[in-house]
Amino acid sequence: MKLLTHNLLSSKCLKGVKVGYPLRIVAKDVKISESEYNMEFVLKMIPKLDWKVLVNAAEQIGHGNNLPIELIEDYEDDEELLKKIHHVLMEVEVINGELICPETQRIFPISAGIPNLLLNEDEVS
Amino acid sequence: MATMKLKKLQYELEDIETFENPKIELEQYTTSSHIAACILHTAQFVYDDIKDKMVADLGCGSGVLCIGAALLNAKLCTGFDIDPSAIKLSVENAADRNVSERCEFVLCDVKTIYTSIKSKSFDTVIMNPPFGTRLKGADLIFLKMALNLATKAVYSLHKTSTRKYVMDTAKRMGVYSKVIAELRFDLPASYKFHKKDSLDVQVDLIRFVLPGEEQ
Ligand SMILES: C[S@@+](CC[C@H](N)C(=O)[O-])C[C@H]1O[C@@H](n2cnc3c(N)ncnc32)[C@H](O)[C@@H]1O
Repeated sequence: MKLLTHNLLSSKCLKGVKVGYPLRIVAKDVKISESEYNMEFVLKMIPKLDWKVLVNAAEQIGHGNNLPIELIEDYEDDEELLKKIHHVLMEVEVINGELICPETQRIFPISAGIPNLLLNEDEVS
Repeated sequence: MATMKLKKLQYELEDIETFENPKIELEQYTTSSHIAACILHTAQFVYDDIKDKMVADLGCGSGVLCIGAALLNAKLCTGFDIDPSAIKLSVENAADRNVSERCEFVLCDVKTIYTSIKSKSFDTVIMNPPFGTRLKGADLIFLKMALNLATKAVYSLHKTSTRKYVMDTAKRMGVYSKVIAELRFDLPASYKFHKKDSLDVQVDLIRFVLPGEEQ
């Protein structure tokens, strides 16, 4: 699971959960894969991201990469930063671990790189 | 790669491993390499909806659409399926075609995906949803979820017999739709209460365009 995907996931599917975002990550295995850097793509994604959630997620799994806590205003011109963001979004992958609902602590396992968001019938909202 | 020919794409998608024990209630069968290649090739070379895009595949099954999108240089193609064995198949097939880095897979129920994935997270959704022969309405639920996830366009297969209903539903949501191909689908007989070995069904490939996007 890439951190880009993590940025989009919530546990609002659980009964009683109001926001369910962000999911906390506990990573057992992290892999760095390779993805071609494409500036346009990164620029297009940034406004769609929850920046703080990305920074926290990267830190939680030990790949904080010195991303600034607040996104600087003129990030468009900072190629070094854009490359870092690309790396964290697309190349850092959680292979085994857990996603944890911030409200109920329900655990969604990640195994072999696949997050499992399936619920039992009695958990569905 | 950017101008990959239709034939080459189809060739790459041939002999994708498919469901060993298909689950009838989930309408598990694989889009043929020919149809998959036609859908993806059109999406890319007529509409520019794949390359460098965030693509999603709802009900990815063996992963053929995801893998094809990745071969056409989608930036990332995320496949969702409710069945762990389908996801496993997708992962293996993606690795076999060397596109693992461009593919992501998530186990989740598409019926409730709007509570798990932020809306408007993808540019394009490409899918071969259940036709709803087993679970009534599944086709339209998938369509609504797809329209919620996409910002640009949704490509989906629907039985021709439901065309008016499907397109009217889209229209009511402010979504423009157009049948871009009429196909014949060879469904395994198990999907019909039928004695014949297989059954040809008329299927439409429909392209749905989100409001504000170029038609
Ligand atoms: C017709 S098959 C298409 C498979 C693949 N996309 C292809 O084109 O070859 C439909 C797929 O949807 C999946 N599916 C059915 N119901 C689902 C649901 N509620 N949530 C997620 N996936 C579902 C099935 O497991 C199956 O893989």
